[in-house]
Amino acid sequence: MRRVMVGVKRVVDYNVRIRVKPDGTGVVLDGVKMSINPFDEIGLEEALRIKERGHADEVVAVAIGSDDVQQQLRTALAMGADRAVQVRTAAAVEPLQAARIFLQLIAKEQPSIVILGKQAIDDDNSQTGQMLAALWERPQATFASKIEINGAVAVVTREVDAGLEKIEVDLPAVFTTDLRLNEPRYVKLPEIMKAKKKPLDVIEAGALGVDVTETLKVVKYEPPAQRTRGVMVKDAAELVAQLRARGVLQ
Amino acid sequence: MSTVLIVAEHDGHRLSPATARTVTCASRIPGAAVTIVVLAAEPDAIAKEAAALTGVQRVLTVTQAPNVHTLAAVLAPQIAELGAGFTHLMAASTTFGKDVMPRVAALLDAPQISDLMAVEGERRFRRPIYAGNAIVTIEVPAGVKVVATVRAASFAVAAPGGAAAIEPVTVKAAVPSHTRFIGVESGASDRPDLQSAARVVSGGRALGSAENFKHIYSLADRLGAAVGASRAAVDAGYVPNELQVGQTGKIIAPELYVAVGISGAIQHLTGIKDARTIVAINKDAEAPIFEVADIGLVGDLFTVLPEIERALAGK
Ligand SMILES: Cc1cc2nc3c(=O)[nH]c(=O)nc-3n(C[C@H](O)[C@H](O)[C@H](O)COP(=O)(O)OP(=O)(O)OC[C@H]3O[C@@H](n4cnc5c(N)ncnc54)[C@H](O)[C@@H]3O)c2cc1C
Repeated sequence: MRRVMVGVKRVVDYNVRIRVKPDGTGVVLDGVKMSINPFDEIGLEEALRIKERGHADEVVAVAIGSDDVQQQLRTALAMGADRAVQVRTAAAVEPLQAARIFLQLIAKEQPSIVILGKQAIDDDNSQTGQMLAALWERPQATFASKIEINGAVAVVTREVDAGLEKIEVDLPAVFTTDLRLNEPRYVKLPEIMKAKKKPLDVIEAGALGVDVTETLKVVKYEPPAQRTRGVMVKDAAELVAQLRARGVLQ
Repeated sequence: MSTVLIVAEHDGHRLSPATARTVTCASRIPGAAVTIVVLAAEPDAIAKEAAALTGVQRVLTVTQAPNVHTLAAVLAPQIAELGAGFTHLMAASTTFGKDVMPRVAALLDAPQISDLMAVEGERRFRRPIYAGNAIVTIEVPAGVKVVATVRAASFAVAAPGGAAAIEPVTVKAAVPSHTRFIGVESGASDRPDLQSAARVVSGGRALGSAENFKHIYSLADRLGAAVGASRAAVDAGYVPNELQVGQTGKIIAPELYVAVGISGAIQHLTGIKDARTIVAINKDAEAPIFEVADIGLVGDLFTVLPEIERALAGK
């Protein structure tokens, strides 16, 4: 069975305006809309396309966290994942811990491809895929904007600061997705009904032997320094005059 | 005492300015001794540039044919081997640093701090989360190696004037062959580099086509500026991906940032928070970009841009 494993992280929806709690202990999450991390949604879409093109037989969606993540896993199943696995933890885990959890699942599931988002839009870490590839001692192709599977190898186009980089990797490998890899499909109502019958297994993180106690200590949360609204000018001439007056232009 | 190993970023010939900014960050760590490692096929010229940065004590070079390309799987085991003897490891938070450092961290069994933006102590740092909508202060417990990527835009370039010793070293780490470089395609231009330019002119969805972006290029040329873009402009294919500014593109800190036909979505603003002067040109007076702009002009870009060029030319 050729399997693709995808990570699905539950995060605050990207449209929500984040506010820091007045006491600095975190950000306000009560009653806030939660969604699949957009990069993971792209990862799942890519996995489905890889399967539809005949390069895989099964897509497994994996989420780590409390039972709340089952909501995102059901969405993933409705999008088309064949199975879902929740690795249950009380709190959010750090990227290295997430990578260790994935490594344990890989040992069980033997996927030929693992796809994660290039970053999660909550902590913006951009680490888990690379860490997993290191622990697994397999290739990584991060920030992918195109993935072509050719039997036992994949050619991946990566969005890098210099432009578009192409690399070839032997499978199995870890890919992380960039925004332009694809546009995720919409979930149709009948699929949501069907998804309720698809298997969703729950595994305790402890049963995988991964220690999830926090290593990095978050001391406090603060709102960012605010930029203040400046002046409005009426036309181009005044704009240029302003720039000169401020010494920005000679 | 803190010993910091910085991984040099380069294109095979020149050291990246982002590395010089990372040196400034490392120098803020109390009592830090800063070492730079250059992994390359021909590291000498790059090492010389690194050695000339103020605050650098030592430059190590690792010369190997496979190091000609910046493949994380190839470089990480070498960096991890050298890094074992340091308390801190750092690289700029560019696509290079983001790709390689977490792989290094995992090999060293260490967590990573991404996008470090301020140093508050040997083991205490600040970084943005939620696209910069919150800033967290993080403490790394004693005994845990500090591995970090550094948000280059938050630090100035380390001044030249140093004279560090350059030391060739060898590593034992096996270099994997499972990852192979094919090529890189870039819209390479003679214009200033977006990441390090002092002035940047960016265009958004409002430009409407690749052809219309000539208005942006023209103003940029007049100002000696680099060109940037919003995600919407990149997604629409008006300009290549490497011009995207923002949470998932480049984080920049130019002296002057001109946003043309860009609404000012939070993901875009994350990329320009540290700009000195922000100018916004938008036909919608209610556009959120005006909330952060130092100078705002409400108007149609297709009339305003030519007028600005004329005003600059003094006509
Ligand atoms: C996970 C995620 C990551 C993202 N990362 C980024 C990122 O890194 N960078 C980024 O930029 N975006 C990013 N985005 C997208 C972001 O949310 C916005 O959609 C995007 O920035 C909008 O681009 P825009 O301002 O060009 O387009 P729009 O929001 O459509 O704004 C166009 C603006 O042009 C003005 N306009 C129209 N015609 C004219 C005219 N003739 N003259 C003057 N003004 C005119 C309009 O008034 C409007 O304000 C991300 C989104 C998500 C979900």
